[in-house]
Amino acid sequence: MLILKLLLRNAFRHKLRSFLTILGITIAILAFGLLRTVLTAWYSGIDASSASRLVTRNAISLAHPMPLSYKEKIRMIDGVKAVTPGWWFGGIYKDRKNFFPNFAYEPATFLEMCPEFLLTPVEKMAFIKDRKGCVVGRKTAARFGWKVGDTVTLDGTIFTGKWDFTIRGIYKGRDKNTDETQFFFQYDYLNEKMKKTVKPRADQVGFFFISVKDPDKATDVAIAVDKLFKNSYAETLTESEKLFALHFISMMEAIIVAIQIVSYIIIIIIMAVMANTMAMTTRERIGEYAVMKTMGFGGRHIATIIFGESFVISALGCILGIALTFPAASIFSRTVGSTFPEFIIQPKTIYLDIAAALIIAFISALFPTWQAINIRIADGLRRIQ
Amino acid sequence: MMNDPIVEIRNIKKSYQRGSYVIPVLQDINLDIKNGEFMALMGPSGSGKSTLLNLIAGIDKADSGTIRIEDTEITTMSETELALWRASHVGFIFQFYNLIPVLTAYENVELPLHVTSLPRRAWRTHVEMALRIVNLTHRADHYPNQLSGGEQQRVAIARALVTDPTILVADEPTGDLDRTSAEEILDLLERLNAESKMTIIMVTHDPRAAGKAHIISHLDKGILYNADTQAAP
Ligand SMILES: Nc1ncnc2c1ncn2[C@@H]1O[C@H](COP(=O)(O)OP(=O)(O)OP(=O)(O)O)[C@@H](O)[C@H]1O
Ligand SMILES: [Mg+2]
Repeated sequence: MLILKLLLRNAFRHKLRSFLTILGITIAILAFGLLRTVLTAWYSGIDASSASRLVTRNAISLAHPMPLSYKEKIRMIDGVKAVTPGWWFGGIYKDRKNFFPNFAYEPATFLEMCPEFLLTPVEKMAFIKDRKGCVVGRKTAARFGWKVGDTVTLDGTIFTGKWDFTIRGIYKGRDKNTDETQFFFQYDYLNEKMKKTVKPRADQVGFFFISVKDPDKATDVAIAVDKLFKNSYAETLTESEKLFALHFISMMEAIIVAIQIVSYIIIIIIMAVMANTMAMTTRERIGEYAVMKTMGFGGRHIATIIFGESFVISALGCILGIALTFPAASIFSRTVGSTFPEFIIQPKTIYLDIAAALIIAFISALFPTWQAINIRIADGLRRIQ
Repeated sequence: MMNDPIVEIRNIKKSYQRGSYVIPVLQDINLDIKNGEFMALMGPSGSGKSTLLNLIAGIDKADSGTIRIEDTEITTMSETELALWRASHVGFIFQFYNLIPVLTAYENVELPLHVTSLPRRAWRTHVEMALRIVNLTHRADHYPNQLSGGEQQRVAIARALVTDPTILVADEPTGDLDRTSAEEILDLLERLNAESKMTIIMVTHDPRAAGKAHIISHLDKGILYNADTQAAP
């Protein structure tokens, strides 16, 4: 009991130093937690993707289209349940910084393929019936204050001009990690406008979205699709939705790796700061530890006191850091808006925070403890004078 | 009883290595201290007084020779055995009191009991008794920095007594105190020796302090001159 009291009081003996060290750990844990959350947010889209869906694109690149006529051919393939043409529309709402993903699909097929986008039957019908209708995720709707019935104008980037849409539904995500920021509208609306304005782009498709009957056979279906268009003028590359998403992310791999490295560097830096604090306090108290050893206290006791002090300081910083991560994350996600489909602090991030704090405490106490235990008592006592 | 040597030192040698130099500090020390004795150890600075005291107290190791305390040979003990032995047999008093600043007087006195086999329920009476002996019961809740030097040293004496040690060793216990406080401390040690038959070995520079002791030994350049054999040069 007295040992516990002693280590607690030791932890706050040097108020300013303890405060600064705790503050440092708090900030480090906060920064570490936020960076980790950015990383998990990046990958969350992948985890949300379905195993029973495939994406077919032009084998050359995403920027190269395919003919609409492929659709019927794909549908005939054994194991295919449904297929919809799709375009990454790339429309902008008023300003570039208002980014959200927007796509053109065949509404009925698409909604059937994606049960994770929850709409009421009334909304579904309204969307399917209205050629200029669109459906938007709850987060994006909230961001711009849109309601069902509102007219929204997007500036086309890939498909130039002003495009008017009427919101026919606002979807909710079925799962926690369902992306609630997307915006989609009818492929026909886009295609018909192309027929009138840019003839060569009519009846073209950016990608096909395919659902399969048996997820276990998804790979076979993908192979069959690509085989079908082998040696045609637009060869295809079909992969699972997950791989497709990973492909997208791998373009940002350098950034992701950098974030990862920075997150660990922060921990290493604060470890050095903490180790310095522990080395200083132990050096100051080496005489006291010598006195205790004189009385018969052993290495176990001394280690308990020094490690305990280190853990108390580190734990406080960790708790404060974690507590601050939540408001900081919500401010952060509001600022970056819909860059990430979800920005949620995962339990795994908290565990990593705790692990980092434990490692900081442990490593920092290691050397001072070793020193305090191994110094000859007589030498320790001489330090007092 | 009174005439049995409680401390028996035979042919103790101790030197320190400083770089390639070997500095002999103690050369062939022989000394008997009787049970209930109050001995003062004097000598010039650097003569090896603290070194000898540390050897007797079991916090340092001699190069050769034997030290027996109450029929226990401590020179052959391992570090762990020594620590355990110190916990129940030796009480220390230092020049600079060396109290733990974040513990109250009461807690400082209680501290050594953590490494003894005394059952926890007996701790309170022991601590209170020790504080009563040094007459500081009323300052039990004070922290060291709220006490005067003399009071701190009295707390340190209570801390040394609380485990009921076989010997009390004090390294210049009055070295940092003004005359009145020093007088108080010396009276206290004298009383402990007289009333409780506590064996005390005290290193001091101060002839007045040494005057309170029954026997004065002198160390000079690592050689011990026992009071009864000869006077210091
Ligand atoms: N750890 C050590 N390493 C090297 N030399 C040491 C060490 N400890 C003590 N000495 C030397 O041993 C000699 C005796 O030291 P000691 O502390 O026993 O003297 P002392 O008589 O207590 O002196 P003082 O009256 O100043 O306290 C001194 O010359 C000192 O420098
Ligand atoms: Mg000395």
